[in-house]
Amino acid sequence: MTPKRRRRLTLVGLLLLGIGGAVALMLTAFNENLMYFYQPSMVAAGEAPQGARFRIGGLVETGSVERADDGLLVQFTLADCDAAVPVRYRGILPDLFREGQGIVAYGQLDEQGVFAADEVLAKHDENYMSPEVEEALSKPDGQSCMPASMGASL
Amino acid sequence: MIVELGHFALVLALCLSLVQAVMPMLGYRTGRIDLMGMAMPAASGQFVFLALAFAALGWAFLQNDFSVAYVAANSNTELPWYYRLAAIWGAHEGSLLLWVTMLAGWSLAVAAFSRSLPTDVAACVLAVMGMVSVGFLLFTLGTSNPFERLFPAAAEGRDLNPLLQDPGLIIHPPLLYMGYVGFAVAFAFAITALITGQVDSAWTRWTRPWTTAAWSFLTIGITLGSWWAYNELGWGGWWFWDPVENASFMPWLVGTALIHSLAVTEKRGIFQSWTVLLAISAFALSLLGTFLVRSGVLVSVHAFATDPARGIYILLFFAIVVGGSLLLYAARAPKLARGDTPVKALSREGLLLLNNLFLVVSAAAVLLGTLYPLVADALGLGRISVGPPYFNTVFVPLTVPLVILCGFGGAMAWKRTRWQVLRDRLWLPALAATVAGVGLSWVTLGTGGVVATAGCMVGFWAIATAMEELWYRRRTSWSRGVLGMTMAHAGVGVMVIGITLVTAFGLDRDASLAVGESKTMAGYRFTFEGTEEQSGPNYVAQVGHVAISDGDGNAIATVHPEKRRYPTRGNVMTESGVHSNLFRDLYVSLGEPLQQGGWSLRLFYRPFVLWIWLGGLLMMLGGILATTDPRYRRLRQRERQRADSHAVAAGA
Repeated sequence: MTPKRRRRLTLVGLLLLGIGGAVALMLTAFNENLMYFYQPSMVAAGEAPQGARFRIGGLVETGSVERADDGLLVQFTLADCDAAVPVRYRGILPDLFREGQGIVAYGQLDEQGVFAADEVLAKHDENYMSPEVEEALSKPDGQSCMPASMGASL
Repeated sequence: MIVELGHFALVLALCLSLVQAVMPMLGYRTGRIDLMGMAMPAASGQFVFLALAFAALGWAFLQNDFSVAYVAANSNTELPWYYRLAAIWGAHEGSLLLWVTMLAGWSLAVAAFSRSLPTDVAACVLAVMGMVSVGFLLFTLGTSNPFERLFPAAAEGRDLNPLLQDPGLIIHPPLLYMGYVGFAVAFAFAITALITGQVDSAWTRWTRPWTTAAWSFLTIGITLGSWWAYNELGWGGWWFWDPVENASFMPWLVGTALIHSLAVTEKRGIFQSWTVLLAISAFALSLLGTFLVRSGVLVSVHAFATDPARGIYILLFFAIVVGGSLLLYAARAPKLARGDTPVKALSREGLLLLNNLFLVVSAAAVLLGTLYPLVADALGLGRISVGPPYFNTVFVPLTVPLVILCGFGGAMAWKRTRWQVLRDRLWLPALAATVAGVGLSWVTLGTGGVVATAGCMVGFWAIATAMEELWYRRRTSWSRGVLGMTMAHAGVGVMVIGITLVTAFGLDRDASLAVGESKTMAGYRFTFEGTEEQSGPNYVAQVGHVAISDGDGNAIATVHPEKRRYPTRGNVMTESGVHSNLFRDLYVSLGEPLQQGGWSLRLFYRPFVLWIWLGGLLMMLGGILATTDPRYRRLRQRERQRADSHAVAAGA
């Protein structure tokens, strides 16, 4: 092997190493940060992972919102057609968060089966319903169990 | 009537764009000058008709003509006139019209400024732009006609999305689109190069100013978008890795790679086919960005199901543009490369090769994170979202070496540089960057941290090396190209410092405060003094009064965050109250009302956040300086003289 070839080989080797590293880094980061979406009934059935972050979406059950005295700690239940999951959130809720509204929350389940949310999203439009929530609220036969006032338009 | 005229003008523009797309190309194939000569009048005519159509839509908005479906959906009699005008591009149909109008504007500019281009090159470039225009006009007229009538006419419009009722919206999308569409010029030049088989230094010198101009628009468009999101969303964040943001960021990354690769192609006559490929990719990503943002596909792939015609057209158009260009590329690119001049690692072209590598890999990483959820959803693999941590983990390790490399840009000579030269020129900037970085993060802000210090050092390194470049060249006059480059590189440094410090030292607090209560954060005392109700033209607002004082009790400012309710759509919007200076922002947004006039509030301390947008501004200014470098004008004059003398010779 001539010195020139050896040098070239080293270069190719280094390049491969670099690219391999970058791809590995990317894929690890990618896998760790994928967040799946679960419906409340899936969570109630124990399908959602413990100790991993995921998203959950459904309707905020009417009459379920409780605030602690300082106004920042909020508990409510999030429901789809078949089940409801208690959710806890500390912080300021989005502008259109209210009972009967479809929302999506990010966070993870704690040991008591309460969903500890670190982010709650409600859309900016009263008539708008996230397609994920919409799907969560439709029964297998295609009928929706949404309250009549909701989901008028997509 | 005016609306029908607008529609009619749009149809005429389509006819002219067909002429512009077909005739010059036919002329090129058959060598007929008269057919090639049709490109310019067709481009001018198309622009005139599109401007008329645009004006007609604007007129419909100003007149509150709610018999036009698009106006009824996006405007309201109580909307102030300037937001009514901005509403033209507030939704899908109108933004497409803006897009084609700008494309016609760029075509006209190319036609006007490129008299020195050989006739066949000019004809090809304009024909390719005409083809893109045909695609967009067909799409607009076929599936997204902004002039469609509503019957019966609506009594009142549904109002513009309140999120978009901000001065930022008036200028942000047009600037962004100027960038997207500007890459169509680079694309057209690239396709022309593939058709004519010539990528010489003349070609790169025609292409460079156009590409840099488009890049400058895109830079400032993204910067403004970030500033707008920061001020308008009330979350205190300046970048969310939202698919909409990524959609504009990908063409920017590839476009940045393109302007650097063009430099290599011009100066060293290498990387030709790579440059052409980058130009195609930048435009393809611009198209992707346009469609991603406005088509509704991001909300859900199933949004396509509600309007399959749109979805299918978009996919088809995209497939034709990208597939067609890549096919042409595969067939012609091998002919572009002229021998393989070896690239030395220690040379400017070697440096720029690395620059391109990092930028393209970054763009690919962003593309993966943005599109994967869509693909997974379409394939039924479940609903997935890719969070900001992914982008941060991948992006930061790719950007840091890129900024370090950017510091070597000036000192590294073409062909070959000796270590000694680099050492002699760069030891001082390196020392200065270390001192300034350590000083800023440890001494000024107190708490340091390895990451913050390193980030500041990298940022100062980019600034210090840019300064050194100017100092080094102090005896020769600074060309605008050099000034532009150093300014843009310094802008990168400024932005890196801003990002580092706001990430490392920024603070957020949620607080629920009764009237008169206060909360201290980062040495600043925020006192809530209550809210009052005010009404705006089309909303009712709760306006908060929050007094901010420093640790010694000296008043700094009173900010007025608002919570606005827009009754037409029933939206609620948060307007933040910000006190800003060069070194920190104090940012307050209203949360929810509590008992007895109290509110929950979000308080943010954002050190050096302004530097992020200042950096973007510097990059844009640098781009403009480089675009207007007189050497391109001189070049044009030379080419024209040569063309004239040829003509004389041919005539004799």
